[in-house]
Amino acid sequence: MRPEQQGIEVAVLVSVGRHPITGRARRADQDARGLEMALGLEHQLPGSRVSLLHAGPRSEEGEAALRGYLGMGLDTLTLLEQAEGSDAIPALAEHLAAAPPQLVITGARAERGEGSGLLPYALAERLGWPLVNGLAAVEKVENGVATLLQALPRGQRRRLKVRLPAIVSVDAAAPAARQSAFGPARRAELAATAVSAEPDRELAEWQLAPARKRPKRLKIVKAASARDRFKAAAAKAEGGSGQVLEGVSAEQGAEAILKLLNEEGVLR
Amino acid sequence: MLETLLPILIFAALGLAVIGAIRRIRLWRQGRPAAVPLLKGLAALPRRYLVDLHHVVERDKMISNTHVATAGGFVAAAVLMILVHGLGLAQGVLGWLLLAASATMFVGSLFVARRRRNPPARLSKGPWMRLPKSLMAFSLSVFAITLPAVGILPADFGHWLLALVLAAVVVWGLGEMVFGMTWGGPMKHAFAGALHLAFHRRAERFSTKGGQGNRSTGLKALNLDDEAAPLGVETPADFTWNQLLGFDACVQCGRCESVCPALAAGQPLNPKKLIQDMVVGMAGGSNANYAGTPYPGKPTGEHHGSPHGPIVAPDATTGGKALVDAETLWSCTTCRACVEECPMMIEHVDAIVDMRRHLTLERGQTPNKGAEVLDNLIATDNPGGFDPGSRLHWAADLNLPLMADVKQAEVLLWLGDGAFDMRNQRTLRALVKILHAAEVEFAVLGTEERDSGDVARRLGDEATFQSLAKRNIATLSKYRFQRIVTCDPHSFHVLGNEYGELGGPDFNANWEVRHHSTFIAELYDAGRLAFAPWKGGSVTYHDPCYLGRYNGEFDAPRNVLKALGIEVKEMERSGFRSRCCGGGGGAPITDIPGERRIPDMRMNDVKETGSELVAVGCPQCTAMLEGVVDATAEVRDIAELVADALVARPAGEAVDASRRSAGKTTVEEVL
Ligand code: SF4
Ligand code: SF4
Repeated sequence: MRPEQQGIEVAVLVSVGRHPITGRARRADQDARGLEMALGLEHQLPGSRVSLLHAGPRSEEGEAALRGYLGMGLDTLTLLEQAEGSDAIPALAEHLAAAPPQLVITGARAERGEGSGLLPYALAERLGWPLVNGLAAVEKVENGVATLLQALPRGQRRRLKVRLPAIVSVDAAAPAARQSAFGPARRAELAATAVSAEPDRELAEWQLAPARKRPKRLKIVKAASARDRFKAAAAKAEGGSGQVLEGVSAEQGAEAILKLLNEEGVLR
Repeated sequence: MLETLLPILIFAALGLAVIGAIRRIRLWRQGRPAAVPLLKGLAALPRRYLVDLHHVVERDKMISNTHVATAGGFVAAAVLMILVHGLGLAQGVLGWLLLAASATMFVGSLFVARRRRNPPARLSKGPWMRLPKSLMAFSLSVFAITLPAVGILPADFGHWLLALVLAAVVVWGLGEMVFGMTWGGPMKHAFAGALHLAFHRRAERFSTKGGQGNRSTGLKALNLDDEAAPLGVETPADFTWNQLLGFDACVQCGRCESVCPALAAGQPLNPKKLIQDMVVGMAGGSNANYAGTPYPGKPTGEHHGSPHGPIVAPDATTGGKALVDAETLWSCTTCRACVEECPMMIEHVDAIVDMRRHLTLERGQTPNKGAEVLDNLIATDNPGGFDPGSRLHWAADLNLPLMADVKQAEVLLWLGDGAFDMRNQRTLRALVKILHAAEVEFAVLGTEERDSGDVARRLGDEATFQSLAKRNIATLSKYRFQRIVTCDPHSFHVLGNEYGELGGPDFNANWEVRHHSTFIAELYDAGRLAFAPWKGGSVTYHDPCYLGRYNGEFDAPRNVLKALGIEVKEMERSGFRSRCCGGGGGAPITDIPGERRIPDMRMNDVKETGSELVAVGCPQCTAMLEGVVDATAEVRDIAELVADALVARPAGEAVDASRRSAGKTTVEEVL
């Protein structure tokens, strides 16, 4: 280990997740990956310290889910206790500003609530820290500058240098989280502190409804060779040939749709 | 001269043996407490030894006779020697009896020697190779020194030199047989073994005058309410004291290793070595002195442990080694072949699961797909992560009555997780067809059913097991039924043998559970099913471990096959010696690499019988055996064979109204 590489303080923001099929509370997949990355840093930069932070109401279901993170090998989680429907951003920002860590890791998008993916941005704006999304790895930290590897679509990577403190968000490109063990999860402490709760006024105005499945573009693969099939499978569905019809009659519109359905092979 | 020397030698050996015994007992007492009725156990000891232990030993007649002669002769000779030579009571018959006893023992030791000349690979060598000589030294010298005592030879016979040689041989014999018994020689098995039988952790396994012992195969629950109680076994001292005692009783006969499917597949597990490693750990040291078959791919001498040191090195990634490697523990299919075969009635599977519990619950180190499967079980109540709402999709057209609607039924059909597997859905549909044909009044839990918890428990995740089990128990207690029928022996075992312990004062979790083969056999015997004669080719039958060895059901499936007109061509390893398919204990999930695959070996067993079809009774076995490429036999579940052979019952024999109503009244009586 080179001497200028020294341990850093890492705060991982974690949320209560939601299983995609059953809707049960769980450790959120992306947040857990964020914690995995932080634990990896602990290994990579000896002397680093990882802390867990969650803002939200305290409930039995939520606690079980939060303990899922603790089962990955931490002793405590700081719970900024807020009433249901409060805005987490000011509370988190205040807490982080009071004792700033060098690196804040968070998942890109929550699994319940708004799930807008805006939290890291809002937080970065408030704190005035740089933000890097889609983090794949932290390569090194030297003299307060971190060298990061950012994941881009289709397996590409971009190397970035960022002055700390910074916020980074992780998605499915980050390493998968380790197993959560029952014993450590049960023993660890949830250190709750009540914080001033600003009601999330915007959220209160929203109307929530179950999501509907969005139509997906059909991908018709006409490939002669295995290589073509693979390329087609790996490619993103591209809608390059789209056409915007404006100010046309109903008949013309219908005709255009029929033509497309024929082209795509839906109608024969 | 000998007259003065002998009492000194005998009592010195006895005294040293007592000191050794105390030291050995202190080793065992490092373990955690266990509630064992001590006096009752000691009182039951003779019966457990003479009846139950010999029942297992007798599977090999030669060894059984050898052991009776040697051990019987030794015990008699030892007691008589104390009387005759220790206390000088040579008059009368005692001396003659001693001659007879030592002669018997000598004959026995000749057989021991013969077996040791070309010992089979499963036997440990090392100090065990000198045992026949020691036995001869003891028996011959005792015989010789007794001759003058009974007056066959004059008391001052021979030269003082002869007496000295004789005394030396007596010392050797006494050393091995009395001193070595408690100081860790091969004869340790007699001392530890006797106490192990008396204080066995599963006293129910032994017969009593009142009746047969039962198989007692259910794992014991961890107490999760007590936060201070350790979750599984991390160090040798975390075993209960009677488990440690049990390990110490091992005679290294290797019967367990000769039946272990994981060892045969070249995976890094050997049940005998595992038990010996626990002995090494309990005393502290390295395994370099082990003189038997090693774990495949793991040379002996590189591992070491101590009573309070970890059994599995905490961070395997750094290549650290402790007593055993994690792969060894995860190779086991929990088939219980080793336990079934062990003459000392040692409980290997309990120990393996205890150690797995620590790895999963404390370290979160369930290998390969383990973590994913456990997460699925937590989030979706099934190992595959399927939508629990789709559990009944396979039966969309069958209109199965739901317990939630009917509230009570004669039979509750437990589907198991096979309900999500397209192959097993065929078996389930066949079973439903049979139940309809026999006009059985049944219902299913449908989407209220959850995984039984079998896999979670055997992967060491006791918390998830208990969570699933308690919710299943709560669901089952809402409804009334006479019995549960299932085509999954794992569910059968867990529901029938492992849920009972988790019931509470408000709910009784002891249900009558039947495997479908048992239930079909009963229906056939009651005349509720009729079959067309069998027209297919030759058939063999594979006993699922969790049906056969775990629950003792060997006959019903064979009776069903017989009723179908099939003559079963038995495999060499069948019945209680059946070889595992490789699918139990989460082994396909942890997937520890070996040189061969266990199901391939089993299909080879099938091939050797020349059968065109192998009948099975378990979704796991079906999946494992069907996964074998280039198999020579087809794999069909018994339910499928029965469903294919169903014909209308001959008129008159049909289930008449009286039986139906008789069945009904019993339901009501039970209510
Ligand atoms: S564990 Fe049992 S079967 Fe295996 S070697 Fe020891 S005594 Fe023999
Ligand atoms: S249970 Fe089966 S696989 Fe496990 S050690 Fe015993 S014989 Fe081997």
